[in-house]
Amino acid sequence: MKATGSLPAGRSKFKIYRDKLLAPYIQVPVLGWLAGLLISTLLETFIGPYLAMVLGMSDVPALFGFTVVLKQPVLIPGVIIYLLIIYVLPIAIGARLTKSLANYIAGKLQQYPFWISAVIHIVLLYVVINTWAVMNDYRVLLAKLIMIAVIVTLSLNVINGYMGEFSCSHPGFIALGAYTASIITVLFFVNDSVLGAALLPPVLAPFLFPVALILGGLMASLFSLLVAVPAFNTRGDYLAIISLAFTFIIKSLLENLQIFGGARGFMNQPNLATLPVVFLWTVLAVWIINNFVRSTLGKALNAVRDNETAANAMTVDTKKTKMTAFMFAAFWAGIAGGLFAHVMRYVNPGSFGIKKLAEVLAMVYFGGLNSVIGSIVGAVGFNLLSEMLRPLEIFKWIIIPLLLILVMIFRPTGLIAFKDFDPKKLLRAKNKKEEDK
Amino acid sequence: MPLLYVEHMTRFFGGLRAVHDYNFKIEPGEIHGLIGPNGAGKSTIFNLITGVYKPTEGSIHFRGKNIIKYPSHKIAALGLGRTFQNLRLWRHMSVLDHIKMAQFSQITYGLIGAFFDTKKRNQQEEENTEKAIKIMELVGIGKLTDQLVPNLPYGLQRRVEIARALAINPKLLLLDEPTAGMNSEELQDLVNVIRHIHDKLGVAILLIEHRMKFVMDLCERIQTLDFGEVIAEGSPEEIQNNPRVIDAYLGKEVKI
Repeated sequence: MKATGSLPAGRSKFKIYRDKLLAPYIQVPVLGWLAGLLISTLLETFIGPYLAMVLGMSDVPALFGFTVVLKQPVLIPGVIIYLLIIYVLPIAIGARLTKSLANYIAGKLQQYPFWISAVIHIVLLYVVINTWAVMNDYRVLLAKLIMIAVIVTLSLNVINGYMGEFSCSHPGFIALGAYTASIITVLFFVNDSVLGAALLPPVLAPFLFPVALILGGLMASLFSLLVAVPAFNTRGDYLAIISLAFTFIIKSLLENLQIFGGARGFMNQPNLATLPVVFLWTVLAVWIINNFVRSTLGKALNAVRDNETAANAMTVDTKKTKMTAFMFAAFWAGIAGGLFAHVMRYVNPGSFGIKKLAEVLAMVYFGGLNSVIGSIVGAVGFNLLSEMLRPLEIFKWIIIPLLLILVMIFRPTGLIAFKDFDPKKLLRAKNKKEEDK
Repeated sequence: MPLLYVEHMTRFFGGLRAVHDYNFKIEPGEIHGLIGPNGAGKSTIFNLITGVYKPTEGSIHFRGKNIIKYPSHKIAALGLGRTFQNLRLWRHMSVLDHIKMAQFSQITYGLIGAFFDTKKRNQQEEENTEKAIKIMELVGIGKLTDQLVPNLPYGLQRRVEIARALAINPKLLLLDEPTAGMNSEELQDLVNVIRHIHDKLGVAILLIEHRMKFVMDLCERIQTLDFGEVIAEGSPEEIQNNPRVIDAYLGKEVKI
C-alpha cells in the first residue's frame, strides 16, 4: 500500500492526490473488476449507439475508436468523451463502488471448493465478452480470432518458452488441425460436392464438433513426431530448421491435394465455432496448459532448458519430457486450427505459411516467454494492436515491428516473462488482512 | 555384495585414453575419495558411472544390476545421486523446485494428473514439498524455498546441489569437488553437512577433491589417479606415505 504510512518529503500535492485516488484499487478483487467491466459493457449496449450519434459518429466505435480516429481525426474529442463515459468512468467507479461487496463475495467463495469460484468468474467473464462483442459482427469475429490466438500462443510458449527450443512448425500443426476437423464436419454434416451428402443429421453437429476438433489435435500431435523424433536427438538449431521445413512441407502438401481444394482452399464448414464454443475451448486450453506447466512434470521442461545434463542426472527422462511437451503443444495448435477453420468457414494453405509463423512468434515473444499470463497478454495485445492500426495500411507493418523491437530492447524476454499464474491467488479476496500475508 | 562394482572400465576419447582399466568397489555406507592431478580422468569416471558417457570397455554393476546400457536418468533413479564440478543448477527455478524436480521418477500421477489438476496430483505434490523441505533442512538451506538460485552465494548453491542429489533417495552419492571455490569457513560447514547426511541417511559417498585435509578427514579409502590409471589405493595414511602419489600429486620433497 503506497498511500498509507509516512510519505517521503518533497512529494508534490498532485502525486499525493493521485496515490489517494489509486490506492483503493489495490484492494479491488478480480470479481470487482469484472463487475466494473460488466457495467461498462451494459452501458454501451443501452446508451452507446445514442451517445455515438450525439458525438457525431455514425456507429458505436468498434475498437475503442482507434479506427475512427485514424480515418477522421476531427472526431478525436468525441471519441475521447465516448471512451470516458462508456469505458473508463464506469469501470473505475463500478470497481470502486462494488469493492467491499466483491471482496465480501470473494471471501465467502473461498470457503467453498475452488471450482465454484472459478466457474462464477468464468461465467462473468463470458457475459462481459459476450455483451461487448454482440454489438456488431466485427467484434464477434475479432473476439473469436483473439481467443484462438491465445490458444496458439500458449501452445507455442510451451515449446519456445518453457522448453527453450525454437520451433517453427506451428503453422503446419494449425493447418493439420484445421483441415482434419473441417474434413470431418463437412463429411458428416454438409452436402458437399466432393465429399458427398451429409452422413448425419445436422442436429448432431454441435455434439460431434468437439470430437472433430480433438481428432484434428491428435492428427497434429501425430505429425509432430515427424519433427520431434529427428530433432530431439540433438540440441540447438536443428529443431528450428526441421520444423521450418515441416511447415513448408505441410503447406505444399495441402496445395497439391486437389481433393481438398488444393491452393483454392477448402470451404463450406458448418457454422459450429460460435462465441461460447470458442470461449469454452480457450478456457479449457488455458486451464490445462497452466496445470501442466505448474506440475513437476511440466517444470521438468525448465530443467531441460536450463541444464539438460543436470536434469538427466536428477532422474528426469528428458527425451520423453521433450516429446510429450512437443506433442502436447502440437495438439493445442491443432485444436486452434480446427476452431479457426470453423470461424472463417474457409481455409486455404496460403494462410499457414511464413506470415502466420511470424505472427505467432511475435505474439509469444511480445507477451513473454515462460508465462501463461504473458501469452494471453501477448495474443490479446498483438491482435488488438494489429486491428486498431489497420487503417494505417502498409504503415502498420512499420509500427508493429518497431514496437516489437522496443519490447526486445527494454524487456528481452517479453512483457510479462517468467511469471507463475496461480488461479487460486488471482481470484482471492483482497481485503487488508489478506494483503499483509 | 558391493553397492557399486566397476570392473576393467576403459574409455577412449578419439586417440586419448582418458580412463584405463579402472576397478572400483564401494560397500553401503562407506566414504571413498578419488584424488589426482587435473586431467587425470576423475570427472570422466563420474560421467562414466552416471551414464553421461558410455565406457569403451568394462562393466559397471550398481545394486547388483549391470547398468552399462541404462540411460542416465534411469541410473539416477536407481539411487545414484551426483553433484557437478561446475555447478549445474537451473537458473530460472526456485530452490524448492530444484529439490522437487529430483523427485521426478517418484511421481506416479502421470500426464492425466498433470493436465487436470487431480486430487492425487495435489496430494503428491504436497508430499513431495514436505519431503523436499525436510531435505533442505537437513542440508541447512531450509529457509531458502522461494529463492532463485542465481541470487544465492556460492556456498549455498553447492548445498542446493547436494540437497538436490539427496532428493533422489540415493544409495550412493558422487560429489565432484564439493569444496571448489569455497573459503575455509564454508569448507568447515560443508564437512559438517557431509558428515551429518552420511550419519543420518547412511548413504555411501564417493568424492573427488583437491583439498587434502578435507579428503583425509572424511574418507576411509582413497584412490589416486594419474593419466587415467590408478597409481595407488588405500587408507589415508597409506596414500600420504606412498612415494608414487607424492611424486605425481603431492610433490617431491625438496632436498637442499
